[in-house]
Amino acid sequence: MKIVVCIKQVPDTKGGVKFNPDGTLDRASMMTIMNPDDKAGLEAALRLKDEYGAEVTVLTMGLPKAEEVLREAIAMGADKGVLVTDRVLGGADTWATSQTLAGALRNMEYDLIITGRQAIDGDTAQVGPQISEHLNIPVISYAQNLKVEGDSVIVERQFDDRYHVLKAKMPCLITALAELNEPRYMTPGGIFDAYKAEITVWGRADLKDVEDSNLGLKGSPTQIAKASDKVRKGSGEVVTLDPAEAASYITGKLAEKHVI
Amino acid sequence: MGLEEYKGVYVFAQQVDNVINSIAFELIGKGKDLAEALGTQVTAVLVGSNVKNLADELAEYGADKVIVVDDPELKEYRTEPYAHALSSVIEKYKPEIMLVGATAIGRDLGPRVSARIHTGLTADCTQLEIGDFPINPLPGKETKHNQLLMTRPAFGGNTIATIACPDFRPQMATVRPGVMQKRERQAGVKANVEEFNPGFTPDNKYVEILEIVKAVTDTVDIMDAKILVSGGRGVGSAENFKLLEDLAEAIGGTVSCSRAVVDAGWKPKDLQVGQTGKTVRPHVYFAIGISGAIQHIAGMEESDIIVAINKDETAPIFSVADYGVVGDLNKILPVLTEQIKAARAAN
Repeated sequence: MKIVVCIKQVPDTKGGVKFNPDGTLDRASMMTIMNPDDKAGLEAALRLKDEYGAEVTVLTMGLPKAEEVLREAIAMGADKGVLVTDRVLGGADTWATSQTLAGALRNMEYDLIITGRQAIDGDTAQVGPQISEHLNIPVISYAQNLKVEGDSVIVERQFDDRYHVLKAKMPCLITALAELNEPRYMTPGGIFDAYKAEITVWGRADLKDVEDSNLGLKGSPTQIAKASDKVRKGSGEVVTLDPAEAASYITGKLAEKHVI
Repeated sequence: MGLEEYKGVYVFAQQVDNVINSIAFELIGKGKDLAEALGTQVTAVLVGSNVKNLADELAEYGADKVIVVDDPELKEYRTEPYAHALSSVIEKYKPEIMLVGATAIGRDLGPRVSARIHTGLTADCTQLEIGDFPINPLPGKETKHNQLLMTRPAFGGNTIATIACPDFRPQMATVRPGVMQKRERQAGVKANVEEFNPGFTPDNKYVEILEIVKAVTDTVDIMDAKILVSGGRGVGSAENFKLLEDLAEAIGGTVSCSRAVVDAGWKPKDLQVGQTGKTVRPHVYFAIGISGAIQHIAGMEESDIIVAINKDETAPIFSVADYGVVGDLNKILPVLTEQIKAARAAN
C-alpha cells in the first residue's frame, strides 16, 4: 500500500504566543512546528505501515525551510519526502494550494492520501477536501479512527453530536483530527536516517495537469482586502482576595449587572 | 464569465434527521441584510430526503424562496451526493452569494463544492458586509462595487482578515455558528417552494455508511446557554467538575469546558468552547481554571460578561475578563455557590 501524507510547517501558537510592544504578533520569535492535525495524520499512516506494511511519503508545499518538517516526519518513520517550492506558487489561497498539491500528487502513486483537518495558522479545513475534488476521489473528513479492509478504508467520521462509520474504496483522501492518536516521537535511528535522507524537490515544472492560471497569488480566487490585528476589549479588574471575599466580590458584580 | 448573470443571496439550510439546524436561520438573517444592500432576495437551499415539509419553517425565518432537493440518496449527510446537489443548484440558478454554515457538515461540503465550480471560499466568517473592493481606491486598479466582504479570524484568533472574491461567482463563505442573528419567527408564513432534482448516480465518490453512532447526551447545547460555567485543566479532575455543576445549578447555567478537558477525557467534545470547539456568546461566561489559550479566547471573548478565576495571576484569560479573581477555585466556588443560592432565594 502506498500512502501520501500532506503536512505543513506552521508557527507554534501553543504554549504562549508572543507579542511585540505594539501588540502585533511576534512571528520572528515563534518556533515552527509540524501542524498538529497533520502530525496525527502522519501517525495514522505510520500505524498502517506497522500493521499492514506500506510506503509512506510526506508531501509539503512551502519555502525551502519547510524541508525541516519532512525530515522530522522521516525521523518518525516516513520513507520519503517531497518538497514543492517555487516562487510562482507563493501567495496561494486554498484553491491554488490544493491545485498545486493535486498537481504534485498526479506524479505520485497513492492508495490513500491523508491530510490534517486544518492548519493552526489558517484554520480553514479546505485544502484536503479540495485536493480530493481535483483528483476525483472520495473524501472522508474529520477522521477519528481509521482501518484498512481489503481495497477499502473504514473510518469513524466525527460530527457534532454523533459519528458515522464510513467505508470508501481506495484511492481515497482522509482528513485527520489531532484527537485521532498520540503521535510517536522521533527515534535515534530515524533521526540518523532523516539526516541522510534525500528530499525530492519539485518546482512548477514538475506539477502535472495544472494551468498557470490556477497557481500562486494570481490563481487565487480570494483576495485579501484588509488584514489587521484583532482589537480586544481589554482587561477589566483583576483582584486577589481570600476565598470568602472573592466570592462576595463576584456575587456583588453579578448583582450590579442584574444577573442574580 | 459574465459575473452580472449571477444574482441573489443563497444559503444552505442544513438539516440533520429532518430537523433544521439553527445555523440555517442565522444565515437567512444575515442573508436578508446582504440582500437588502444589493436589492435582491434570499433563497434557502434545502437538501435531504422527505424534507419538503420543512420549507415553511425557513420562510417563517425570512427565506423569500426555498429550493428543495429531495432524494433518497440524501437521507444522511454524505459528501458526494450533497456536493452534487448544491453544485447543481449553483450551476442552474447562478447565485451571486452562497453561504454555508461552518459546521462539521458545512466545512466538508463547502470546499468540495467551491473546488467543483471553481470559485473562492472564505472559511469561518464572523462578519459579512457589502462594499467596495479594494476598500480604498488604488491607482491603476478598478474599484468593484457591491462585493461581499468576508471577515474572519486567522492565526487562532490573533489577527482578523477581510477577504473578497472579485472575479469569481458565487462569492462563497462558511459562517461560524452562533455569530449571526436570526430574524424573529413570523409564524404561519408559507414558503415559495421550487423543487429541483439533478439526478443522483452513485459512483466511486459515494461512500457507504456502515453505522451511525449518536452521542448519548441530554445536555443543553452550550451555544444556546445564557450562562456558561466553563472549566479548564485547572479544575484538576472529572470528579472536581462537581463544583462547577453546583455553581451552574445555583445560577441557572450550563457547564462547558476547554480543549484540555476534552483531551483529558473529563468532558465530551460537544461541551468544548474554542477554535476547534464551539463559539459561544452567553450573557455571562465563567472561566474557571482556564489559562486562556488564544484558541479558547477566540471562542468566548464575545460574551457580555466574563468572570475568570485562576490561581495564576499571569494567566492570559485575565486579559479578556471583566472581573478576574486570583485564587484557589476549590475554596472560592463552594462559597460562591452558597452566596448565589442565598441571593436568588432572597429575590
